[in-house]
Amino acid sequence: MHVTSSVRTPLVTGGKTYADVTEDICRQVEGKPTREWTIAFAISFIVLIYGTACVFWTWWEGLGVWGLNKTVGWAWDITNFVWWVGIGHAGTLISAILLLFRMKYRTSINRAAEAMTIFAVLCAASFILMHMGRPWLAYWALPLPNTFGSLWVNFNSPLVWDVFAISTYFTVSLVFWYMGLVPDLATIRDRATNKVSRYIYGTLSLGWNGGAKTWARYEYISLILAGISTPLVLSVHTIVSFDFATSVIPGWHTTIFPPYFVAGAIFSGFAMVQNLMLITRVVFKLEDYITFEHIESMNKIITLTGSIVGVAYITEFFIAWYSGVEYEGYAFLNRMTGPYWWAYWAMMTCNVISPQLFWSRRIRRSIVWTFVLSVVVNIGMWFERFVIIVTSLHRDYLPSSWAMFSPTIFDISDYIFSFGLFFTLFLLFAKFLPVINMFEVKAIIRSSSEKLPASVSGVAKGERVANPTFNKNAE
Amino acid sequence: MASIHSIPSVEEQYEFTAESKRKLTIGIIAGVVLVGLGAFLAAKGIGSHEHVEAAHGGAQSAEGHHAYKWTTRLWANVWLNSVYFTGAAVTGMFWLAYNYLAQAGWSAVFKRVPEALPAFLPVTGILMLITFFVAGHDLFHWTHAELFDKNSPEYDPIIAGKRGFLNTPFFLIRLVIYFAAWYGLWRLLRNFSLREDLEGGTEYYEKSIKFGTAFLVIFAVTSSTSAWDFVMSMDTHWFSTMFGWYTLASWHVTGLAIITLVVVSLKEQGYLKAVNASHLHDLGKFMFAFSIFWAYVWFAQFMLIYYANLPEETIYYRERFTGHGGIYQAPFFVNLFMCFFFPFLVLMTRDAKRTPIVLKIACWGIIIGHYFDFYENIMPAAVGEHGGFGPIEFGMILIFACAFIWSVSTQLTKGNLIPRNHPMLEESLHHDI
Repeated sequence: MHVTSSVRTPLVTGGKTYADVTEDICRQVEGKPTREWTIAFAISFIVLIYGTACVFWTWWEGLGVWGLNKTVGWAWDITNFVWWVGIGHAGTLISAILLLFRMKYRTSINRAAEAMTIFAVLCAASFILMHMGRPWLAYWALPLPNTFGSLWVNFNSPLVWDVFAISTYFTVSLVFWYMGLVPDLATIRDRATNKVSRYIYGTLSLGWNGGAKTWARYEYISLILAGISTPLVLSVHTIVSFDFATSVIPGWHTTIFPPYFVAGAIFSGFAMVQNLMLITRVVFKLEDYITFEHIESMNKIITLTGSIVGVAYITEFFIAWYSGVEYEGYAFLNRMTGPYWWAYWAMMTCNVISPQLFWSRRIRRSIVWTFVLSVVVNIGMWFERFVIIVTSLHRDYLPSSWAMFSPTIFDISDYIFSFGLFFTLFLLFAKFLPVINMFEVKAIIRSSSEKLPASVSGVAKGERVANPTFNKNAE
Repeated sequence: MASIHSIPSVEEQYEFTAESKRKLTIGIIAGVVLVGLGAFLAAKGIGSHEHVEAAHGGAQSAEGHHAYKWTTRLWANVWLNSVYFTGAAVTGMFWLAYNYLAQAGWSAVFKRVPEALPAFLPVTGILMLITFFVAGHDLFHWTHAELFDKNSPEYDPIIAGKRGFLNTPFFLIRLVIYFAAWYGLWRLLRNFSLREDLEGGTEYYEKSIKFGTAFLVIFAVTSSTSAWDFVMSMDTHWFSTMFGWYTLASWHVTGLAIITLVVVSLKEQGYLKAVNASHLHDLGKFMFAFSIFWAYVWFAQFMLIYYANLPEETIYYRERFTGHGGIYQAPFFVNLFMCFFFPFLVLMTRDAKRTPIVLKIACWGIIIGHYFDFYENIMPAAVGEHGGFGPIEFGMILIFACAFIWSVSTQLTKGNLIPRNHPMLEESLHHDI
């Protein structure tokens, strides 16, 4: 028997029955696309087409179309890559780590957050391919047999570790997300009213029969995947941080990078989840499932991780002074007061100061504040990577190599491409798959509802009631 | 995995028996005798370090300007144990604070155990102050004024550059602030907790969340700065941005192991009947996870320094690996094995985490392992080639451990062993995974 303390706040409002949950969430999948969705999808798709053309041109013409120069050899490309990978981290944190911690509020946000992870990692990977210059030779990053030429990857390079880390992360996230979808896909299959969707969702649901043994296996696999994902999510951004920290470039080589990057990744990821969920809950009318409690809990995590990042900034800055290493000292002084001071202060304001506003309960429970601050956080996290990469590179050891970076239209457009890709994929997901994990929400209905209906199984109140495919109270 | 269980009574009063007190007193006396013996041997120059010196004669000819005194090793041991047990004690508070903030329900039933740990803070705090006053010059290279004097032959520009942070008044102020803040906030939480037992309601619960969060904010900064002060500043030239979090990881998992060990021991003595296998399982998971986390920060720090290969950073590991006649190489590997491989393998399976004896073995492994962690970080800087494991080390551990157990036992008697009015208690009593 599980007991829920009376001090806990409800996570499902509106007195939902199990049937209501199914109805409310399946409605979007089964109904016609809404106007808002169609407009949003059209815009995203146009952006994607424009971005694809620009990416194609980047490949066709070569990386010379970017603003890179002899000193700044990495700029927006790797900034965007790290930014997207970081955003992905929240999905895994919510689905894996919060599962291990038995946090009930994860149930209505995990599905969308995991989808976000997968799409964000795809966007990140696109920048890896882009910055290779010759993406058709991307397989050179894999340790393939020498029949491909006298070629063997350099295992000493953190860039190779990255290839393994990101591809493993993508694979495990995809499997985790898909396994979680199977029971819900079966629900949609069982409700399907036409042959095409019954066939498609039937195939996707892998013959799920809802038997007790099936559920038991499902629970095992969830826990195992959560166990695997937890160290994995820490390792991915750790290895991304190694791309910088293994070097001897001032501002890059610092031992705190691995955990600090992980905290920053979760920070930006939660901000992106907030943005997506705040829109989804209104457009899809899911306010009863993604409640103020969810928003507040996520804001608390944003404040926590933002503060961890703040402590890391201060630590780095302090040790740069404490160590007495003049190059480190200069790198940090140059960040603050050099030609890129505005990027540094944008990062500081957005990442360290702005999330502190969430100490106010009113702000943490305000939709507008949450939305705005989440955007601010992601702007800050983009600037963080820009500051780390560009301000450290633009001052070489030789002053004759000092340079500035100015983005070209292709730097900007290739970044825009990733937004087109991300939102196109996310909108497709939101339309064709259930954005909330139905059966997990049902699992917390009894323990965490604001008020329980008289009969918790219930009959759906939607338009399907006139012609139900399944009605257990019919007899 | 549902199991049928009846909920035992939550009314339990811990008794700190005369027998336990007698054993602890004997332990402390034995410790004092051992330390006395060790000190006598050291003063006479008959010690383990002599063999090292004999074997590597002349290695320390460049020893520096400060002649080694045998008392340094004595004080280094006081410092080492104080740092170690400060961490163990403050982790109790850290645990309480983050459990409140995260609204954890399962841990309420054994909450009095972590709550008992921070009472030891004043002891270690005062000992650290005394050690700093008595042996500061021997343990902390940066306390020598001539290092900062441009006209002195001993002038060290790098250390002089750290003067804004590494100077005696500021160091003392920081030390006092750490202990005052940690201990003061613990007293608040402790009072709320004991009054909640008598009065009930959720008022104290809400207050505990607020002050627990305040502690976390303070601890976010002070856990790092205290690690720089207590340990990193002993290797005055060396620096690592990870060091604060690395020390926190070490302190934290030590505290988790101590909490688990106390819970299991109390259960074996017939207390905490309401603690079931699920609670133990979760405590085991915490030790398992944070042992991996410790290994993660250990590896990240080591690997980045190894890979970048900058001499001012690698010297730290050089000294510990091959320096000082190689006497720190064995503890280096013991540390890694005990803190990571051992708990990782022992706590891997579900059954292991639910079996008290296996849990206890893992706890002891972690507790001993992290002593080596602090030994490895403190001793090479404090005593160099004069270090080793002799009567002083074992005696000092015995004194501190017995005093710590005494303090924890005393605290456990001061309230009902189960926080009977904690709002999450029902959840915890029905914890079942």
